[in-house]
Amino acid sequence: MKIVLETRSIQKYFYSPQKFQVLDDINIKIQQGEFVSISGKSGCGKSTLLYVLSTMDLDYEGELFIDGTTMKAKTENQLAIVRNEKIGFVFQFHYLLNEFTVLKNVMLPALKLGKFTKKEIEHRAYEKLKALGIEDQALKKANLLSGGQKQRVAIARALINDPLIIMGDEPTGNLDKKNSQMVFEIFQKLAQDFGQTMLVVTHDPEFAAGCNRIIEMADGKIV
Amino acid sequence: MKISLLLNIAFSLLFSRKKQTLVAAVGVLFGIAAFITLLGFMNGLNDLLDGMVLNRTPHIRLYNDLKATERQPLEMAFPDTNTSHFIRSVKPGSGDLKIYNNEAIVSALKQDKRVIGVAPKVSTQVFYNVGSIDIAGVINGVEVAEEMRLYRFADYVSGGNPIDISLVPNSIILGKLAAEKMMAELGDVIQVTTASGERSTLKVVGFFQSGIQDFDKVQSFASIATTQKLLGKESSFITDLQVNLNDIALAPSLAIEYSRIFGLDALDIQTANSQFETGSRVRSIISYAVGITLLIVAGFGIYNILNMMIYEKMDTIAILKATGFSGADVRFIFISIAMLIGLAGSLSGLICGYLLSSLIDQIPFNTAALPTVKTYPVNYDLKYYVIGALFGFLTSYFAGYFPSRKASKVDAVVIIRGK
Ligand SMILES: Nc1ncnc2c1ncn2[C@@H]1O[C@H](COP(=O)(O)OP(=O)(O)O)[C@@H](O)[C@H]1O
Ligand SMILES: [Mg+2]
Repeated sequence: MKIVLETRSIQKYFYSPQKFQVLDDINIKIQQGEFVSISGKSGCGKSTLLYVLSTMDLDYEGELFIDGTTMKAKTENQLAIVRNEKIGFVFQFHYLLNEFTVLKNVMLPALKLGKFTKKEIEHRAYEKLKALGIEDQALKKANLLSGGQKQRVAIARALINDPLIIMGDEPTGNLDKKNSQMVFEIFQKLAQDFGQTMLVVTHDPEFAAGCNRIIEMADGKIV
Repeated sequence: MKISLLLNIAFSLLFSRKKQTLVAAVGVLFGIAAFITLLGFMNGLNDLLDGMVLNRTPHIRLYNDLKATERQPLEMAFPDTNTSHFIRSVKPGSGDLKIYNNEAIVSALKQDKRVIGVAPKVSTQVFYNVGSIDIAGVINGVEVAEEMRLYRFADYVSGGNPIDISLVPNSIILGKLAAEKMMAELGDVIQVTTASGERSTLKVVGFFQSGIQDFDKVQSFASIATTQKLLGKESSFITDLQVNLNDIALAPSLAIEYSRIFGLDALDIQTANSQFETGSRVRSIISYAVGITLLIVAGFGIYNILNMMIYEKMDTIAILKATGFSGADVRFIFISIAMLIGLAGSLSGLICGYLLSSLIDQIPFNTAALPTVKTYPVNYDLKYYVIGALFGFLTSYFAGYFPSRKASKVDAVVIIRGK
């Protein structure tokens, strides 16, 4: 099986208010098709790790390989391309652009990638929205949607470039019971039906239980 | 594809802040409109004021000055450099103002590529006889067609057709103030006495009004032939050659050159009228300074809205970066926003500036000094529009430069963690 993401001895420190080690010797390997969750107490460094793995945080020691290549040598511009092509994000907060319609929000990363024509991208975006049951909202402005709907749009956006891996930071954290359940089911379905590789931070035990593998963290270490 | 996507995002961000965008664009509009109007009006005035003298002044005047011979006979007799000559009370010898061989000089000048025109002239001092009183004056014998082409003679003649002096024998265009003193009307016959005492009668066919009192009191115009006849001189008698050049800046150097080649005295326009250039330059500098100040103020407007927008759109910037837009992309987006505001403001500013200028151009401005000017003068030179647009773009670029750099440096992690 192909290894999608691998870390070698990642260390990270914060220097304010005083120096402390937030990540300590993190070694993980994620294979294609795996659905992995990271769990642990609040403040143990889960989000920090995810930001490092997502290439947005560059201030760490050790090595990060995505799709077999190290991220250390890459320029800011090349990292942006990696994020665009290979990583899909779902955050706790939806982060939709209120200036755009739902459809345009989903299309943006694909327009940036420029692999398909605009027509094809629009078609693909509709497909994703349909799969998540919100295609009827496509032409609304993003800010008019409910919390659960917004998070589903965010998932559609994460999927638009058929990423190598989807990363989620407590994607159900802001949602009520019913909507959490729905988002959880979407992740389940992505893993089972499409073999989508996923790495999701959660402290919902029920969510974690549905995964192939749970990475447990405490005080910046994997336990 | 990529640029159109970034521009598309820029547009969307702009439209989400319509009011502020409008205010910032209107700021640029005011700056550019004021710049155009100010420069058009100031330079219109400049042209008018300069024109009063400079239009009427040849770029180079060739003439024979009344002065003592530079090489006195004594020096020719004793050319030895060791000898010193002391000659006192040297006087000019012959008072001959005539330019000899002037036809050959004129044709030589006309061959010169740098010359647009040569107008020969005979000027002579006369007395206008008003009853028993004589008023001193000058009659300029001119080639009226050349004078109209090179010196806008027609603009300064009222009452009659300037061509008439070459058509009606013994006719004159009288200085307006001289005419008033003499109470001469169109069609009247006046009497003049030349310096040598000859009396002649001349028919008034028009009035000359330059707007400069001292000039209009004294100067009158007739044809070359009429003036030669007044003086009792032959038809080759010419006292001045007025030369106009393609490039006025060459006048001083060409004056020296012609003076040497033709053995005549030469006076260039810069030396004759240095104070006018200074005045125009100061007025230009003032209008540029005011215009640019207004544009800088407008630039701060753009700077403000951009800073505010970046502050408000932190989430947007963070998510763009998280989904694969680079810092350079984000920077391009915000620079584009600044430039779009600048572009809209500049274009509408140019239009408003043009409209304002044409409005000023309609305001009546009647002055006795300038008979052909009926409204305030405005210069519509394309140059000012180009400079205005250029400054508009430049200001908006600089106004956008620092905010967009800030936007490109936004750390997505900090923003996302903040939620
Ligand atoms: N920018 C920062 N500077 C200093 N300390 C930070 C910073 N960001 C997070 N921390 C600290 O690092 C620790 C890990 O944070 P985080 O990764 O968000 O935890 P988790 O997501 O597991 O709840 C926490 O103690 C937090 O207070
Ligand atoms: Mg967290």
